[in-house]
Amino acid sequence: MIRLVDVSKAYVRTGLALDNVSLHVAKGEFIFLTGPSGSGKSTLLKLVFMEERPTAGEVRVSGVNSATLKRGDIAQLRRKLGVVFQDFRLLDDRTAHANVAFALEVTGAAPNVIPAKVNRLLTQVGLASKAQAFPRELSGGEQQRVAIARALVNDPFVLIADEPTGNLDDRATRGVFQLLREINAAGTAVLMATHNVELMRRSEYRTIEMLHGRLVADSADPAVAARAAARRAEDDAAARAAAVRPSVPLIDDQQDSPLTVQ
Amino acid sequence: MKLAFREVALAIRRAPLLSVLGVVTIAFSLFAFGLFGLAAINIRDALRRVEERVEIRAFVADATPVEAVATAMGDIGAFPEVAQVDYVSPDSALARARRELGEFADVFEAGVLPGSIDIRLKPDFRDPKSVKAVAARVGSYSFIDDVRYGEDWVTKLYQLRTIATIVGLVLGLAFAAVAIIIIGTTIRMAVLAREREISIMRLVGATDAFVRLPFLIDGFAKGVLGGFLALVLTWLASSLIDRALGFQTAFFASGVAVLGVLGGAIIGLLGSALSVGRHLRRV
Repeated sequence: MIRLVDVSKAYVRTGLALDNVSLHVAKGEFIFLTGPSGSGKSTLLKLVFMEERPTAGEVRVSGVNSATLKRGDIAQLRRKLGVVFQDFRLLDDRTAHANVAFALEVTGAAPNVIPAKVNRLLTQVGLASKAQAFPRELSGGEQQRVAIARALVNDPFVLIADEPTGNLDDRATRGVFQLLREINAAGTAVLMATHNVELMRRSEYRTIEMLHGRLVADSADPAVAARAAARRAEDDAAARAAAVRPSVPLIDDQQDSPLTVQ
Repeated sequence: MKLAFREVALAIRRAPLLSVLGVVTIAFSLFAFGLFGLAAINIRDALRRVEERVEIRAFVADATPVEAVATAMGDIGAFPEVAQVDYVSPDSALARARRELGEFADVFEAGVLPGSIDIRLKPDFRDPKSVKAVAARVGSYSFIDDVRYGEDWVTKLYQLRTIATIVGLVLGLAFAAVAIIIIGTTIRMAVLAREREISIMRLVGATDAFVRLPFLIDGFAKGVLGGFLALVLTWLASSLIDRALGFQTAFFASGVAVLGVLGGAIIGLLGSALSVGRHLRRV
């Protein structure tokens, strides 16, 4: 589905951002991509949605190969991918509904099917009641959920999320993460770059760690997986002993206040 | 297409000042070019009127048979350079001289001026070389005493026309280049103001054509509006100049005026296409 083969990416000004990376993302998989700033996470994601081309090696995404990619292929590929960012990237002068609808309109979808589909997506992300709100009237968590609805509206096979919770407080972070889990449970693969150690530790998803443009640890590696499981068991025991851990709340319209952007 | 028009309307509503600035910049750039054009066509008209006075006068010897003169006039009239041939009898020449000299009219007495064949040339043959060649051919008739065409005057006029043409072309190109650069920069500003929107469009799978279309419509509309505004401004300026000078100067023919507005539209369209194209290559 997504395969990177011996991929390197160098920028003229900043030098090597990715160094001989190989990675396979299977259908329906959830992968955390972690590592310090500048480790190459965002570059790797940009290569997947073909905003960047590799300097060496090749990236294959749903039958599209970076080595033979034509400019016209990019638009078609992006209709099969969903992408969300830390800064949401919504169109400020359009309502939540219009922002989501826009992603359908650019694909040439029939106008009569757009409203129903957008409403369904906004309901799915818990924002049905705020469909007519503009981004400035929404909290950070709500804006990110609009961005996620937009990313999902074309039924992508993978959702690429670059630090989707980076601008959100804990409560909004948990809400967005829960939403991503549900999306993954419905069959969409999720490739998520994050700094949030807590999110990774509390889940059993595959985690790939990057450093200086290289993949330095992959929890799919049995030895790494064993160490991670042991660490989670220790954490759970410690938490049980300490106090009751807050549970992941259900998503609802009132989940986060309009002042949750940090 | 409907979506593209909606996007144009949204862009105007979002940044109305930028849109107005775009139209006004196009209008004033084309207005400057239009004023130059107006000066150029008036200078050209004035020169053409002077050029119409380029004339070869072949003086006919006394007692030349009328038939010989008539035959010669037929021949001369068939020269490819010649537009018109007239015979001026001695009496007519006297009347003309008296008319032209006004208060000195009585210095001439009857019979003092010879008859002449007056030859006017077609516009393309009023250069010194052609005039001289025709004069030489006319002078070869045995009954022609003398041929005059104001050689110095024709040469100077031709030089003046050449200078006016070259200066006009250079200045015209410079004005056009300045207009295109200013309009291009204004359109580029409009594209940069929507940089974020373009990147989001690309992110959700919009094709280059989808991204480009609203900008092309926008550029075309601004070009047409700017061109029309420039035409109105040029007409107003022309009217004011006419009033100040007390006579009517030449204005653009309606076809040229339409071409000017179309020129604005094409500059707007091309400027947008180039700006968006350049931007799309980067995202």
